[in-house]
Amino acid sequence: MPAGFTIQELESWNERILVLVEKFGLDPYPQEFEICDHEQMLGYMVYSGMPSHYPHWSYGKNFEKLKTLYDYGVSGLPYEMVINSNPSIAYLMRDNSLLLQVLTIAHVYGHNDFFKNNFTFKSTRAQYTIETFKAHANRIRHYMEDPSIGLEKVEPILDAAHALSVQCRRNLAIRKPSQEEDVERRLSESAPAHDPFHSIHRRQDYVAPDLNRVPLYPEEDLLLFIRDHNPLFSDWEKDILTIVHEEAQYFIPQMETKIMNEGWASFWHKRILDTLELPQGMQLEFVVRHNQVLSPARGSINPYHLGMKVWEDIERRWDKPAVDEKRDTGVKAKTGREKVFEVREVERDASFLRRYLTEELIRELNLFEYQSRGGDQVVARVADDDNWRAIKETLIKNVGTGTIPVIKIEDADYNKNRVLFLRHYHDGRDLQLEYAEKTLRYLHLLWSREVVLETEINGKQSLLCFADDKLTIKPVH
Amino acid sequence: MSTVFRSYDSASSQRSDRCAGDRQRHREKVHEAIRQNIADIISEESIIGKDRDRIIKVPIRGVKEYRFVYGDNAPGVGQGGPDTQPGQVIGKGEQGGDGQQAGDRPGVDYYETDVALDELIDMMFEDLELPYLERKHLRQMEVEQLYKRKGYRKKGIRIRLDKRRTAVSRVKRKKAVQRADAFALRPQRFPFHRDDLVYRHTVTQVRRESNAIVVCIMDTSGSMDTMKKYLARSFFFLLYRFVCTKYQNVEIVFVAHHTEAAEVTEDEFFHKGEAGGTFISSGYRKALEIIEQRYHPSLWNVYVFHCSDGDNFESDNAAALQAAKDLAGVSNLFGYGEVKPLGSGYYGSSMIQFFSQLAADNFQTVQIQRKEDIWPAFKGFLSRERTRDDAA
Repeated sequence: MPAGFTIQELESWNERILVLVEKFGLDPYPQEFEICDHEQMLGYMVYSGMPSHYPHWSYGKNFEKLKTLYDYGVSGLPYEMVINSNPSIAYLMRDNSLLLQVLTIAHVYGHNDFFKNNFTFKSTRAQYTIETFKAHANRIRHYMEDPSIGLEKVEPILDAAHALSVQCRRNLAIRKPSQEEDVERRLSESAPAHDPFHSIHRRQDYVAPDLNRVPLYPEEDLLLFIRDHNPLFSDWEKDILTIVHEEAQYFIPQMETKIMNEGWASFWHKRILDTLELPQGMQLEFVVRHNQVLSPARGSINPYHLGMKVWEDIERRWDKPAVDEKRDTGVKAKTGREKVFEVREVERDASFLRRYLTEELIRELNLFEYQSRGGDQVVARVADDDNWRAIKETLIKNVGTGTIPVIKIEDADYNKNRVLFLRHYHDGRDLQLEYAEKTLRYLHLLWSREVVLETEINGKQSLLCFADDKLTIKPVH
Repeated sequence: MSTVFRSYDSASSQRSDRCAGDRQRHREKVHEAIRQNIADIISEESIIGKDRDRIIKVPIRGVKEYRFVYGDNAPGVGQGGPDTQPGQVIGKGEQGGDGQQAGDRPGVDYYETDVALDELIDMMFEDLELPYLERKHLRQMEVEQLYKRKGYRKKGIRIRLDKRRTAVSRVKRKKAVQRADAFALRPQRFPFHRDDLVYRHTVTQVRRESNAIVVCIMDTSGSMDTMKKYLARSFFFLLYRFVCTKYQNVEIVFVAHHTEAAEVTEDEFFHKGEAGGTFISSGYRKALEIIEQRYHPSLWNVYVFHCSDGDNFESDNAAALQAAKDLAGVSNLFGYGEVKPLGSGYYGSSMIQFFSQLAADNFQTVQIQRKEDIWPAFKGFLSRERTRDDAA
């Protein structure tokens, strides 16, 4: 091994780190580390770290892009890549120095602990991750090699499914009600409310609910709904939609907790390395590297930096609250350590920021809101007395799945014509029309009939109707 | 809790270029996208008249991954310094930082791929699908004959007898006989048999060489302005490139004419302004003269193309028609392109109508009005050629 370390060295550092991990109360899955070179690292990055994954050109595109950026020195490679599985797998780049390996190992345990304990990851079935992705890959390869199907049929379905894959349920901790439960809910909703004065009131008319409507309640899982309701699909097509949907759902928790997760891992790698008593040379390198990773990104948000700031703030406020902060922490105050462990279990980015990003922190970080005006990004608000709340709201809208428009299927038989009707739940942000058009084309391909999306464009309710290979925009009357 | 470290294995790293297939497929898609946009690329001035090895930047559409994303009016949050003030401009269009997340913002179209001009030309002509053009119009010369060994035969002439193989096959036969009959071991004569003989087989290979000459004739009279010249030039460029893909040895001759014609260099042809009136016949006569002297049709495939704005002197029309007939007689393909940019003001007559009297079946006329017309016109020009071939 040409690198400046041996496996034995890594193992001994790892043992010392593990002692601290246990002492601090972190509770990770068993961990596996794989040493790889930078080409392999690029390969893993493209497939989100998965040892096996089905093929699709978009991964090739991503590879080229990353490689170009890396070759031209625009961006470096991440020090660590870790996947949410049990045992967890992480990759270490062999060209990195020993200190970076130690830093990465400590950082990885932070992620690993987060994967195991945060509520959003409960639905990801970590013990089957690797096998599931492998099975998916095998199935899709099988379809591609099947002479009666082949790449030329599989690829358009994959393209279309990828375009819609993140249009799925966001909070997987809430169980999806079954069809029967939906029917029941609909019936009980339409039953007249209990009236304690029924003897003197006129009896309300009972309006029978329309139980034939499909779906009964607006449906967020676009791919699954299409899979179950397009009668023209054959089994392999349904299977592809299922696979793409499941993979998207697997990654939703990671999107939902990006800031928390990175902050948490950085918070702990710092603590671990500070406690490790590194030799002086390594200590200096640690300070440099740590500051590189944790430096605030001017003009945007560095999730490592923001996350770690909030975590440190929580710990401080619960350990040594300033006088005016006492009321926030409650009477039977927990220690800072207890509090952060509780928070890492029950929050995700949106709720984490809403509850724990304080006005002081917003000011300290100099957060600002920008808006695009005539092609330029212009600062619209800075963190002053009037605006910090608005900035916080905007930030919360832009983390996790907040960046994905909420679009739900409302009717699969719109105008009694098997037209698929969807609604965009507009929250002040318009859809990008070119992208919407192309995505509707994919939706149309999967649904194999006209699709209609209701949304707001420049303040006007509009219908985007995609049929006969073209998009028409109609105002809503 | 046990932690596993798996050490680096350089062999497996070399083997495991797992992304190769996906990269390949992506590249195919990029090429497809380029081919679809060829008409646009052609109308970009930059590619014409460049070196063969020149790398061109080609903008590509159609390899983006579309999703539902928010548009321009979605605000974002960034981290600034204490000096950040409302109204400050922090960037253009694209946001930095959090752009990698799926479903985030429309990505930048980073696609401007580098393609070698040659590769691009190949892609362009791939679309044309003109399988017969080559065969019918190739006036070939057999330049070289050579003999090449190709396998062995049981029959042949004495001089090609392969003694070594013949001996080997005799030994083989002997062994076989011995195995079949153990008593045949007695020492006795075991002569060559007719079946043992092996002859070398040779084939004759003919290398054909094909020559083509492209004669570009352009009207450089006062009425041909820069735009018209540019359109003409684009057409010549395509024709030249196309002929290059079909013949091994292609030469190009430039003839510029107003009332008189002269053979000029490429540079002069495209850039030198002339003035004066137009005698189309002068250009044709000059071309005929050059072909007669240097590129005789028995040895050369002749392609003649003439670009003009159709503004010929009335008195010359009859002479021009006669000259055109003669030219059509000596060339494989003779084309006349009339360049009339839109809005250039319509004056003068169209020679296209006049040339319709010319009954030669290898004569073609096209009309080009805008940059975008060039590629369709060129395609049409060649496909008519093909239809005629098929009919013949």
